[in-house]
Amino acid sequence: MQVARIIGLNIFLAALFLFLSLLFFSDYTLTKEIFQSKVKQEHQQRLLPVFEKIFDKTYPNTFVFANEIKNTVEDLNVEARNQQQWDQVIYDDYAGTLTKASTQGIIVEYTLLLFILIFGGGTLGALLFILPKISIEAPGIKNNNIFHHALNNRGWIGILLGTLLISFYILLYFYDAYVTNWIILVEPLKKLINPNGDSSQWFLYGFLYTFAVIVMGIRMLIKYRHSNYQMVRTASVMFFQLAIAFLLPEILVRLNQPYFDFKNMWPLDYDFFDAWHINMLTESGGSVGLFMFVWGITLFVVGVPVFVYFFGKRWYCSWVCGCGGLAETAGDPFRQLSDKSLKAWKVERWMVHAVLIFAIVMTGAVLYNFITGTNSIFGIDTYTHLRKPYGFFVGAIFSGVVGTGFYPLMGNRVWCRFGCPLAAYLGFVQRFKSRFRITTNGGQCISCGNCSTYCEMGIDVRWYAQRGQNIVRSSCVGCGVCSSVCPRGVLNLEVKEEEGRFGKPILIGNNGIKLQD
Amino acid sequence: MSKIVIIGNGIAGVTAARHIRKSSNDSITIVSSETEHFFSRTALMYIFMGHMKFENTKPYEDWFWKKNKIDLVYDHVNAVETQNNTLICRSGKKITFDTLILATGSQPNKFGWPGQDLQCVQGLYSYQDLQLMEQNSKGIKKAVIVGGGLIGIEMAEMLLSRNIEVTFLVREKEFWSNVLPMQEAKLISDHVRSHHVDLRLETELLNIQDNGEGKVKGIVTSKNESIECQLVGLTVGVSPSISFLKDSGIKINRGVLVNELMQTNIANVYAIGDCVERTYELSGRRNIEQVWYTGRMMGEVVAQTICGSPTKYEPGPWFNSAKFLDIEYQTYGNVSPQLKANESEFYWEHSGKKKAMHFIWDTSSQVFIGINSFGIRLRHEKFDAWLRAKQSISYVLEHLAEANFDPEFFRRHEPEIIQAFEKQFPHLLSLSLK
Repeated sequence: MQVARIIGLNIFLAALFLFLSLLFFSDYTLTKEIFQSKVKQEHQQRLLPVFEKIFDKTYPNTFVFANEIKNTVEDLNVEARNQQQWDQVIYDDYAGTLTKASTQGIIVEYTLLLFILIFGGGTLGALLFILPKISIEAPGIKNNNIFHHALNNRGWIGILLGTLLISFYILLYFYDAYVTNWIILVEPLKKLINPNGDSSQWFLYGFLYTFAVIVMGIRMLIKYRHSNYQMVRTASVMFFQLAIAFLLPEILVRLNQPYFDFKNMWPLDYDFFDAWHINMLTESGGSVGLFMFVWGITLFVVGVPVFVYFFGKRWYCSWVCGCGGLAETAGDPFRQLSDKSLKAWKVERWMVHAVLIFAIVMTGAVLYNFITGTNSIFGIDTYTHLRKPYGFFVGAIFSGVVGTGFYPLMGNRVWCRFGCPLAAYLGFVQRFKSRFRITTNGGQCISCGNCSTYCEMGIDVRWYAQRGQNIVRSSCVGCGVCSSVCPRGVLNLEVKEEEGRFGKPILIGNNGIKLQD
Repeated sequence: MSKIVIIGNGIAGVTAARHIRKSSNDSITIVSSETEHFFSRTALMYIFMGHMKFENTKPYEDWFWKKNKIDLVYDHVNAVETQNNTLICRSGKKITFDTLILATGSQPNKFGWPGQDLQCVQGLYSYQDLQLMEQNSKGIKKAVIVGGGLIGIEMAEMLLSRNIEVTFLVREKEFWSNVLPMQEAKLISDHVRSHHVDLRLETELLNIQDNGEGKVKGIVTSKNESIECQLVGLTVGVSPSISFLKDSGIKINRGVLVNELMQTNIANVYAIGDCVERTYELSGRRNIEQVWYTGRMMGEVVAQTICGSPTKYEPGPWFNSAKFLDIEYQTYGNVSPQLKANESEFYWEHSGKKKAMHFIWDTSSQVFIGINSFGIRLRHEKFDAWLRAKQSISYVLEHLAEANFDPEFFRRHEPEIIQAFEKQFPHLLSLSLK
């Protein structure tokens, strides 16, 4: 069995290595035909003279080629800006589209084979590594050697993985032309779902994301197979990621309907109220689009308070949400790295609520502009000073680069804890108007600290448990792992009448001694 | 301002300090030679197994002590001079006190076995024991654990996590059957074996053998079997750690003798936690209780007394919990290993052999006496209330579902348990259930 695991690990690493090295595999040749088919009519005349000189010239890698395209267009733009010919500036991402169209070599010739080798091999390897655990270990909490392992305890593997993830996000968000080979790699799947569609960096991201949630979800299902709560919850995040976040929007597009993720909502979905998005749903989306628009608003106006009241914030954060889904599956090996100090809690409260306020102000301005048909508010250009910085700092850097890239360094919920405006909103409701709480069990707590150690949100659960006090915290996502790892059966996620939720600690102790605050 | 000094920074001493601070401005000093800061002794095993780091086992962050004006002294107390209220430390330092609280805990028992002081023979109680175990277990293949109790099973689990083969010598007929009734003891014995532990029942240690370099080579059992091993874990209970008090004038027996207020024979000296031996009886409780929560409760009590509202130690109905590898155990009230006169019992075991419940009640009055639960979590609050109210066994069964503390989506077994009970004791259940 251990042999199977070692083979599996090697197959997985080989697939990963192939995937990474794929970036360096191809040559790039721009031809006149490609130029004519991919460049917009209105740009062709101006771009032809500057591109002509690189026609039929072969470049050995994507970095040189994409830079050449980018710089060529940028030179023209600089010129146009200098002459204040604003309408002449080209905003299209020709580096991306032309690079993709000009790619030559094995990635184009053997796309499907490579796809199967990488993702088939990756899955096979991962499963060979994961599945034998069923017979090697009895069901139960098995956190053995987590803090001795270089992956789980910020050792060299963790730092290497963090670096890889951070680089991946930076490439994906800001240098998508460099990952053209990966975008081409997932093209067969895109065509399978949607024959008329073209794979993009976002399809690539969606696929990798779903792949990670499913494979690591299987690991989670096996690791916590003694706990029905964890099994049902994991199955839920796997379903929502695969069906609702990944497949359904693609299918909608195939049916000529707007792309829409039914489980995402404002303010996490920060471009929901962007003019282009509202227009897409309400004007060109037909009755389905209108339904989506109403659904999206109902979800955060009615859905959040009602569901949080009855179930706690967990109904979203650890059962439905995509960010939560990744954190609970791929992020599970890193949950112990969250900072539990009081200081971290203070930072968290300032930061997450600041992002919520930023999201509200930004959205308010965007909506104001949409309704009034203007571009600015109080003399401030909305796009330049609000919408764009939000997209860059919160949407890309915080939720992506830091949120996931830092899994192996700061734990799996950095974004959810410090940055997610929706989590802040859900948390507000959970703190002040909900039936949910984590209860503690009389005097059974032995202060061992497993609960706090494995709380991904960095809540010092033990502080409550050892004094017999209910845990009512806005940040608690209800993953239930504190309860799972408790060796004495002390913690339980419960939904009960609101009364007594903030009651006095009920530590069962000596007769007549009541705990004081 | 009075000066209170506490020896020992375990749960008892620290709880006393915290509660004194809540109601007084007195100077508080805690002296310990184990660790600089309070940590949870119960989590030692998890550090070894890599579930946690030492840092994670500290219930309070390091700034907590200064903020609450609790002075910490990292030193060992060699002697207590009660006549001039002074402690003599290993470093030569002298600490004076107005009030002294002894919370020195326990140390592992050794029963004079030949070879018990060889290298790689050890118990497991303190942080130093953990460090020693880290050293002693490096690169070894086989270990023998002597004594089938809670620390023994923990030590076995720790060694298994490092892929070290474990042979487990247990004096009793089944694992922990001096505490558990035979049904449960069997269930746990089977579970221990399923984890590939070589469990030797009704077997004791005869001697430990030297490899010629002062290290363990193996052991010989009472059945004259030789077992090769590189580490011997002695987990045959613990005793109060009080040898330094011999000439102090403080009365000791097996532990420091205290009255209901946790007061020793010297008026300004109190003792709490593991090191205490009560001079008075409490029903259902032994006079020396080495349990986490009793240390905590005594800490609460002594703080009240010292701060001017004398409070007796009355811990209420017995309860406890543990985890045997993958099986969680909770107990409320008193379940003896052998049924006592005029006691009746009902035992239910799940077909998967990982869950069980054992109910005890008084045959004539039908008053519920105690429960052992395995693999099913129960609400302490409910059972505490039922025991205090002397509810009947039928009441407990009727309300059993209310006391379930398992997470959502877990299978509930109450209907099955009640059905089995009804079959065995048809006359006991009230009509409402039938």
